[in-house]
Amino acid sequence: MTTEATEGKVYDVAGQDWDKLTEAVAESSEERLVINMGPQHPSTHGVLRLVLTLDGETVTEARTVIGYLHTGIEKNLEYRTWTQGVTFVTRMDYLSPIFNETTYCLGVERLLGIEDRIPDRAQAIRVLTMELTRISSHLMAICTYGMELGATTPFLYGLRDREMVLDIMEYITGLRMNMAYIRPGGVSVDLPAGAVDKIGELLKVMPGRIKDMRKLLDANPVYTRRTKDIAYLDLTGCMALGITGPVLKAAGLPWDLRKSQPYCGYETYDFDIATQTTCDVYGRYQVRVTEMEESLKLIEQALDRLTGPLKNQPVMIEDKKIGWPAQLALGPDGLGNSPDHIAHIMSSSMEALIHHFKLVTEGFRVPAGQAYVPVESPRGELGAHVVSDGGTRPYRVHFRDPSFTNLQAVPAMCEGGYIADVISAVASLDPVMGGVDR
Amino acid sequence: MSENLPEVPEQPIARTGMFGTSGSGDTSGYGGLVVRRPVPVSTPRPYGSYFDEIVDGLDHEGVERVVVDRGELTVHVAREHLLEVMQKLRDDPALRFELSLGVSGVHYPHEVGSELRAVYHLCSITHNRRVRVECATPDDDRHVPSTVSVYPTHNWHERETFDFFGIIFDGHPGLTRIEMPDDWEGHPQRKDYPLGGIPVEYRGAEIPAPDQRRSYA
Repeated sequence: MTTEATEGKVYDVAGQDWDKLTEAVAESSEERLVINMGPQHPSTHGVLRLVLTLDGETVTEARTVIGYLHTGIEKNLEYRTWTQGVTFVTRMDYLSPIFNETTYCLGVERLLGIEDRIPDRAQAIRVLTMELTRISSHLMAICTYGMELGATTPFLYGLRDREMVLDIMEYITGLRMNMAYIRPGGVSVDLPAGAVDKIGELLKVMPGRIKDMRKLLDANPVYTRRTKDIAYLDLTGCMALGITGPVLKAAGLPWDLRKSQPYCGYETYDFDIATQTTCDVYGRYQVRVTEMEESLKLIEQALDRLTGPLKNQPVMIEDKKIGWPAQLALGPDGLGNSPDHIAHIMSSSMEALIHHFKLVTEGFRVPAGQAYVPVESPRGELGAHVVSDGGTRPYRVHFRDPSFTNLQAVPAMCEGGYIADVISAVASLDPVMGGVDR
Repeated sequence: MSENLPEVPEQPIARTGMFGTSGSGDTSGYGGLVVRRPVPVSTPRPYGSYFDEIVDGLDHEGVERVVVDRGELTVHVAREHLLEVMQKLRDDPALRFELSLGVSGVHYPHEVGSELRAVYHLCSITHNRRVRVECATPDDDRHVPSTVSVYPTHNWHERETFDFFGIIFDGHPGLTRIEMPDDWEGHPQRKDYPLGGIPVEYRGAEIPAPDQRRSYA
């Protein structure tokens, strides 16, 4: 179907009618073509809309349109307690939920002034779950990426391996995604019995799986020709556009907050920062794979601590005004509960019951002020600007999501290249629209 | 710098709550404890850590006050000087804040004359330092100069802050809404914009906006 508009002819495709479109376009004498890709396009990683101006097959102008997944999470946070906020922020960047929770909780903890009192075991569990999530997130990035370039095997391999991580997360937290597991003051519940064995199994299997992925892609002629020297963005471009994460590391700068501004005790772990100097899509892929291998090292070290010196330590701050019971047992109803705590509040202390009720329904007060504690998420620097007015609810929480900022690089990466490489470029940024639009 | 401090309000700081609540059934004295018009604080020197070096290096008339709180440095800058200060923060070899982490807006409706804030988080990779720059603007004249020319990454961030708070960034290359639809009315993150804001429509029924629903509080 074609209609005339002031800017020129408008072609409309509804599916099953591409032949008509090609006929119509072939007859037209116009060279310049503006196409609208998305927001419902399988290879734009969610509801991202790209408006591309083409000259033949060359992209002369690329514009990104976002906002299709805006859910107002930041506004909603202002109407919940500080603890309930975790349940909201975890839904922003849904492929790396633990990182959203951690940066938010670190901010709240800084406002509360309890940063030094977080138990070491809680910090080690945070590191453990964050690195597990990094693996699952990078696997998703690499496998969808393979699929978007036309290879289905990496996709199937990647999803199979990611499932292992999600199973472990489900075993630990009860949920595969959006776990609300990290809480201000620690984590919501200790590792259940058997979790260590499950993670040990992953540590045995995963290195082989990553090797398989490397065998499949590293020297694959089709893959390398679609990724090498594609979507070039150098260090200057990254700095100007505020790009962080694998894109920056592939430009040669070893900037990783886990090393440069450590949190959760990362300074005590032994690992390397993955870097490449190619500034292209292939370099970003290499950074991601190397980061997965480094994450395995970190998981191993965290696991050693959790089973060794940190065994039987608390996982929630020992402050009755902030911490909820975290040493839970599985009750007959299938829910986690603390029998000791219930016995205490229900039968021995009225004051404890009142206190528990106030803490859960009203929440704790956070001294007025603002804090920003960023973490290194799989996509780059993720930070929550947390503002309190001294009340039991956040006054304002703003998430600096790396996906949002990194998407600004699309014009710089795509203009002047082929349209087929737009897919490569967007996929190499690995944007998650839930994080972009929040 | 102390002569740049805003004047301390002459009338006493208005307090409600603690035997002063009205209009609610709360007799505990705690409910609705609000302290209005807090005096803008400025941390006295020395600030500690590397903060003194940054403030010394900045040494600009646009700096209104400096707050060091919980190990974070916040520099409040007058909007007329924002662009120069940002330029200096980026280019001065002693400062070198190459990386900006974007703009965040905050709305303080009770702070008359400086209701809206644009908050910038900057990071220096050279020196491994961080600083927060805060720029206030009154609600009836919501203009802040755009800093896209200094930090191109602010392009989308300023659009977002405009979208949610209505702060107009003068000189922005294309200040349009980014998250909300183009024809949206109002700026949702402002404190005077209710949660939900619009009624939810179902077939044959309408759920009122959350602020118009029955309340048990």
